[in-house]
Amino acid sequence: MAVCIGFIGKENSPLFLRCINPSQELQFHYIMHTCIDFVEEKIIQSNKSGSDVRELYLGLLYSSEEVKAYGFVTNTKVKIVIIIDSTNSLLRDNEIRAIFRKLHNAYTELVCNPFYTPGDPITAK
Amino acid sequence: MADDALFDFLHMEIVSQVTKSDPGSLQDGVTMSKLEQIGYSTGYRFIERLTKDLSRFKDELEVMKAICKDFWSAVFKKQVDNLRTNHQGVYVLQDNKFRFLASISNSRQYLELAPKYLVFTCGLLRGALASLGLTCIVTAEVTTMPACKFQVHLQRA
Repeated sequence: MAVCIGFIGKENSPLFLRCINPSQELQFHYIMHTCIDFVEEKIIQSNKSGSDVRELYLGLLYSSEEVKAYGFVTNTKVKIVIIIDSTNSLLRDNEIRAIFRKLHNAYTELVCNPFYTPGDPITAK
Repeated sequence: MADDALFDFLHMEIVSQVTKSDPGSLQDGVTMSKLEQIGYSTGYRFIERLTKDLSRFKDELEVMKAICKDFWSAVFKKQVDNLRTNHQGVYVLQDNKFRFLASISNSRQYLELAPKYLVFTCGLLRGALASLGLTCIVTAEVTTMPACKFQVHLQRA
């Protein structure tokens, strides 16, 4: 199970962060922030290599003893990061992609909500 | 289906309502800005939905091409007829049979009233490009209906 999910906005501001364990939130904010660097690195890398496969899913960003982070960037430069516990049995790639797809869909629906201005912190229930 | 006509009528109503709500404004400044703002927010949100399934864009030209094809066909059910650029951030999109103008006239009649019907689309383009990370200025010009040109000036940081 994912331990933490985060949305990072266009100007790299945090839009949303939800963890299973609320007391660890600050730590996850910090990890999320470092993930921004990894995401940008991956984007620049794939731009330079000129590969034909240009996907929204970025794959494994960062792996340590405790956590692994996976990234996903949308065309509107909104980044989604999922952090999972390393001790968990490894989730397969397509499961992670499915999680990202669901999160992306949820975000798209949120943007279509007239009460939400893009760029503000997300407070929807 | 009647979906196409619905959008046309809704747009016409929006234009006339916004115009009516500012009686006596000699320059249509306020009307135009309101319509442009409506277009901007619509475009911003709509692009989020549209680009959900498209692969990541590599550079500006690709973004503009995607706008001409996918975005335009999603909104107006046809693609932009001509895209020109000077490779320095200025793009001209030409549509020879623009939907909103097609029902107004086929020649130069009503030419002075055309801008009101184009400004929503200018806002739409600006919102879409802003959502994709490109700030720009969009202007439109029309010489003979129903053809019109949209000029996009990209602003570099």
